[in-house]
Amino acid sequence: MSTGMRSQESAGIATRLGSWQRRALIGLGLVVAVVAIGYALMWVRMHQPPPDDLDLSTTRLTAAGHYRATILPGSDPIPINRLHTWTLHVETPDGRPVESAQITVDGDMPQHGHGLPTRPQVTRYLGNGDYLVEGMKFQMGGWWVVDFTITADGRRDTVRFNLVLE
Amino acid sequence: MPRRPILLGIAAVLVIVAAASSYARWSRPAWTAEERQILEELWIGSLPELPPDPSNAVADDPRAVALGHRLFFDTRFSRNGQVACATCHQPARAFSDGRPRGQGVGTTDRRTQTLIGAAYSPWQFWDGRKDSQWAQALGPLESPVEHGGTRTQYARLIAEHYRAEYEAIFAPLPADAELQRLPEAAGPVADPAARAAWEAMRPEDRDLVTRIYVNMGKAIAAYLRQIRPGASRFDAYVEALRRGDEAGMAAALSADEVAGLRLFIGKAGCTECHSGPLFTNHEFHNVGVPAAAGLPADRGRALGAAQVLADEFNCTSPYSDARPEDCAELRFLKHDAPELEGAFKTPTLRNVAERAPYMHAGQFATLRDVLDHYNRVLAAAVGHSELQPLHLSETELAQLEAFLRALSAPPQVPADLLAPPAD
Repeated sequence: MSTGMRSQESAGIATRLGSWQRRALIGLGLVVAVVAIGYALMWVRMHQPPPDDLDLSTTRLTAAGHYRATILPGSDPIPINRLHTWTLHVETPDGRPVESAQITVDGDMPQHGHGLPTRPQVTRYLGNGDYLVEGMKFQMGGWWVVDFTITADGRRDTVRFNLVLE
Repeated sequence: MPRRPILLGIAAVLVIVAAASSYARWSRPAWTAEERQILEELWIGSLPELPPDPSNAVADDPRAVALGHRLFFDTRFSRNGQVACATCHQPARAFSDGRPRGQGVGTTDRRTQTLIGAAYSPWQFWDGRKDSQWAQALGPLESPVEHGGTRTQYARLIAEHYRAEYEAIFAPLPADAELQRLPEAAGPVADPAARAAWEAMRPEDRDLVTRIYVNMGKAIAAYLRQIRPGASRFDAYVEALRRGDEAGMAAALSADEVAGLRLFIGKAGCTECHSGPLFTNHEFHNVGVPAAAGLPADRGRALGAAQVLADEFNCTSPYSDARPEDCAELRFLKHDAPELEGAFKTPTLRNVAERAPYMHAGQFATLRDVLDHYNRVLAAAVGHSELQPLHLSETELAQLEAFLRALSAPPQVPADLLAPPAD
């Protein structure tokens, strides 16, 4: 009902306005639109934000649902330009620690076309489903993805974490 | 009247947009908390203590600094007796030489890099093919186009001219007679005769000579560690900002320089790589710089990464004083990724105005040429450029250049170390 009333009202306005007024209105609208679009473009170029719907959670289920992985970066905030270590915790979806998994690590900046400056490695099993990840290093702030490939008991699965570093 | 609300609405939007834009311009001198944090990270006060060099046991030994200082300026350590480290790394030119490509006994393929603050970098040279300052110092000494000499020549020179200083720091040198029986010019170098002579030597003699050579490098590195950046006008600006001293800020940087700084940390995205108190992330990036005239495209880090892994003087080598666990950078080095192709180390921007020409082979003559490159962006000569064109206006480019010129300062080095030694 209300929608119908509103469109009747605007039709009424349109018929009541003279042609110069209509042109002025359209002109003003265009100016506003151009200014707004200009500002939006500038903002986008200046900030190049990562996608709005990035999942930044530090605990995630692996792609095929075999494992639940949690990243524990050694320091907060995650340092830029400095080698540091992480701990990766791997458990089954029902919460049992995953022992003796083979794990590989890689990282990438989706908006830059390059990855980590290092090749991090899982170097030690710490017990209780915890794995030491050495050689982590981020050379710039922005949106990063860090991928782990986890193989245990012949089941291979992958998990991706998003990070936005300042 | 239904027409009025619409017109009023449009007018209100226009007024708000105009007000917001003039407010943004009017309120420019203020920095947001986020921007202040970036400024403090770039500030020289954020430079940590010199990182230890576990690969060099004498890195902080004053006797090694003194010996390294003398070796740095000593032209006898070259094929023609005319080239010293200081020939290309000139203290008066921010420890560079103002040439597109280094000029020793021949011409190198790359531009001489500054030594200011180099102790903070895990990688040396444009391609990071060395992982310590002592290993870096030894490269040019054997390069056929830089010093052009050999290890046996250098070992003899050390024994002849620096025996007492050397032995006080390192170990007793062999007797002169023992060194005299070794070939005059022998080493693992490009020259076929010198190389053949080296290969004909006994392994224990090669090791003896190489240890003397390595210790020379470690003494030179102890000296190089002393060459630290000084505080520039930019640093004075940040200090004034920290005190809330607006007059001090205005005295340190002009309005144009501040506008350039705002572009530097904002729209121009410079701090993506030129970050931290040395204005570098010490990593490797392909920025699509054209090949130098007359030279093939340079693969940069793609070769440097493989070279440092195989280097006879790297952190894990028998000549390094480091324990294997001290060599994490080398251990986790990335050596086979496509982004290393045509990538070069981000140079520090401190003293950048003093170091024309620019890029890894002096491809650009002026700072403005460099900024123009970032503004329009070319396809990479090799690999893929990471750059996106900046689309900055003429005014903005001039402001950015003005800011870069505010990063100059004399290096922070004891005055006696800046000149050749007295004797």
